Amino acid sequence: MIDLDAMVLARLQFAFTIAFHIIFPSFSIGLASLLAVLEGLWLSTRREVFRNLYLFWVKIFALSFGMGVVSGVVMSYQLGTNWSVFAQVSAPVIGPLLAFEVLTAFFLEASFLGIMLFGWKKVGPGLHFTATLLVAIGTLISAFWILSANSWMQFPTGFAILPDGSLIATDWWKVVFNPTFPTRLLHMSMAAFLTTALAVGGASAFVLLRDPEQEESRMALKMAIGMFAIVAPLQLVVGHFSGEEVRQHQPLKLAAIEAYWETKPDQAQSLVGLPDRDAAKTHGEIAIPGIGNLIQGVPKDTVIQGLEDWPREDWPVVGLVYWSFRIMVGLGLAMIGLGIWGVICCLKPASTPNRWFLRAAILMGPMGFVAVIAGWIVAEAGRQPWVITGVLRTRDAVSPVGAGQISASLLGFMIIYAIVFSGGALYILRLMARGPAPHEPSPTSDDRAPGTPMAAASGEPGDAEGSAS
Amino acid sequence: MTLDLPLIWAGLIAVSVLMYVLLDGFDLGVGILFPFARSPAERDAMMNSIAPYWDGNETWLVLGGGGLFAAFPMAYAIVGPALYLPLMLMLLALILRGVAFEFRLHGRKRGKALWTAAFAGGSLTATLAQGLVLGGFIQGITVENGAFAGGPFDWLTPYSLLVAVGLVAGYALLGATWIAWRSEHQLHEDARRWAAIAGLGTAGLLGLVSLFTLIVHPRVAERWGFTGDGFVLSTFLPHLPIPLLGLAGLGVVAWGLWKHSHHAPFLGALLVFLSGYIGLAASFFPNIVPYDVTFRQAANETGALGFMLVGVAILLPVILGYTAWVYWIFRGKVAADAGYH
Repeated sequence: MIDLDAMVLARLQFAFTIAFHIIFPSFSIGLASLLAVLEGLWLSTRREVFRNLYLFWVKIFALSFGMGVVSGVVMSYQLGTNWSVFAQVSAPVIGPLLAFEVLTAFFLEASFLGIMLFGWKKVGPGLHFTATLLVAIGTLISAFWILSANSWMQFPTGFAILPDGSLIATDWWKVVFNPTFPTRLLHMSMAAFLTTALAVGGASAFVLLRDPEQEESRMALKMAIGMFAIVAPLQLVVGHFSGEEVRQHQPLKLAAIEAYWETKPDQAQSLVGLPDRDAAKTHGEIAIPGIGNLIQGVPKDTVIQGLEDWPREDWPVVGLVYWSFRIMVGLGLAMIGLGIWGVICCLKPASTPNRWFLRAAILMGPMGFVAVIAGWIVAEAGRQPWVITGVLRTRDAVSPVGAGQISASLLGFMIIYAIVFSGGALYILRLMARGPAPHEPSPTSDDRAPGTPMAAASGEPGDAEGSAS
Repeated sequence: MTLDLPLIWAGLIAVSVLMYVLLDGFDLGVGILFPFARSPAERDAMMNSIAPYWDGNETWLVLGGGGLFAAFPMAYAIVGPALYLPLMLMLLALILRGVAFEFRLHGRKRGKALWTAAFAGGSLTATLAQGLVLGGFIQGITVENGAFAGGPFDWLTPYSLLVAVGLVAGYALLGATWIAWRSEHQLHEDARRWAAIAGLGTAGLLGLVSLFTLIVHPRVAERWGFTGDGFVLSTFLPHLPIPLLGLAGLGVVAWGLWKHSHHAPFLGALLVFLSGYIGLAASFFPNIVPYDVTFRQAANETGALGFMLVGVAILLPVILGYTAWVYWIFRGKVAADAGYH
């Protein structure tokens, strides 16, 4: 028999491994696109600054991508080891989506990553740019499928339940493009771009505090400011539409996000407070009456469902969802602020960046990751106690595996991830602290031009630039 | 004409697992041989010979896992809990050795030593874990009502430990012959020696594993003609080409090493693995989880299999094409001092 402990441990393990994993794709998705843009600019303008930036950030990309790959392999097996019932129930519908993710994205990324990292002088510049572009596209395709599968779990459509209880897809289009999917994909992709822009901006700001004239870092900071200024406000809009989808399709999640306890028209907008699931009220709440419905985009007299409409056993952990949402939105607003400030202070070609702005950019550097994880907690914890909304409860989805084995492997993951994370963070931060160099070392020796017969005939994947740091 | 979708998918999963074993086999083997390298420069060259490929190689493992989930969810749901601990051990070890590719370049003195050890230890541990998974799989998995019903340590037996050691020797052979192909001078000579030792070990352990499989697992023995009361030649004969292929592979390895051929030993090692793999498939078919679940019982719903097949028919040739192209781009010998980045 499956005991509760095993389920709690399995959930803990999944939460831990996926929260660790999501850090890297959210960085790599944005970084791959940035690298494609940088290489495109280098090839079209031939300005050294873009080449140096490419060769600098590709090193950080390689580190981050490697960690994303290995923590991602774990996810593809964990469904079977820890969530075998979920795997068996969901496979007829979302199995193909995950298979397509491997076939359309993972192979593309993994194969062309080799060209991207080791082919700088091995293939012609056009082909190398194509490889970078394909890796960038691969990261987005991967996001496409995984968001599609996740959105289906949030709001399943296009399927039927057979008499024996198994699922069957009735309309693949509706499975893949279920209603909540497009906005969620857009929301996540933009989150990845913002996360990368914040990290790139923060790292560049760090170098500029030391050396305000560093050309590459000034260029990178300007590009990052451009991203904040455009994408951060757009993200607020897309986030709002994503919220609309939640209101229409997952009203229970909305009730948890906003701590609506009662079903009524003219909900108040809760700003902060301590939601108490047992007492069904929010302690010490600061709320603005009369604007809740307005923010949800519905007329004041529309009734919005509160948690009281659902049996208590179906409620998610309200406080966690409520606070994760506020952290995400708060950081999003800070990103918009940073964008406006950046445009005002630091976008003019001649101006030396304002030191207070640089400090703020450094402070905001890691905040994209925090916002992404907070956002995913809203999405995933807000769906509980269901793993497939309305179809399969999390507690029924777990594998017949004892608590002892799960805790042993959880401990293993914690130790190994701690080592890997420390190593990765150390090397990435060390590179960021060094910053891009005016003559950033190329991955291979310069004595052979790219694509020449010499380079093609040579068997060397690289040359003696091994000690970049 | 209607397609036999479960059969096609059983073939596809088998091919992707085979691709994984052959491809990640040689790069894990390079990690296993890491401690025997003469110098840091030799280790750098060994790593550079696989650095552009390892990620693509490991993706076949993801396809094996993801494909099993998508095509045979029942098998995926049984194997995961049944082989929980060795699978987790494999994943943890693959993490350590995977990040080592990049981390090793960035580490200074102690860091580099740490990631060198992580690469070697991770490669060895991942191989042992895969051997335990394989051994536990060959032994058979207890299934009741379509779910795993055995204990957490069912996979841990003298037999599975033997398989694990055998797999280490086999991957070391793949790794050594790969290095011999892709290196020159001292490293090439070292790799030839490693290949000879690993080849002898592989031959011996493969023989032992085959023997014990027949002794310990009567159902497999029966497949090969060894029934309780005697030997059925007519059952054995159709299977004969499989061990012959393995012997031929070992012969090619030995001949290639003897003749100082650079690429023949690697091709021979691939043949050895191919023979072992086909031998296993012949022992189990049509079971996908030995010995109670057939691939038809475990197959996903037909609509899902058909939907995926359309994608695979288009994508798999493309994937194989660009994989081959990437191997072609980075062909040739690696220099001992070749760093990258």
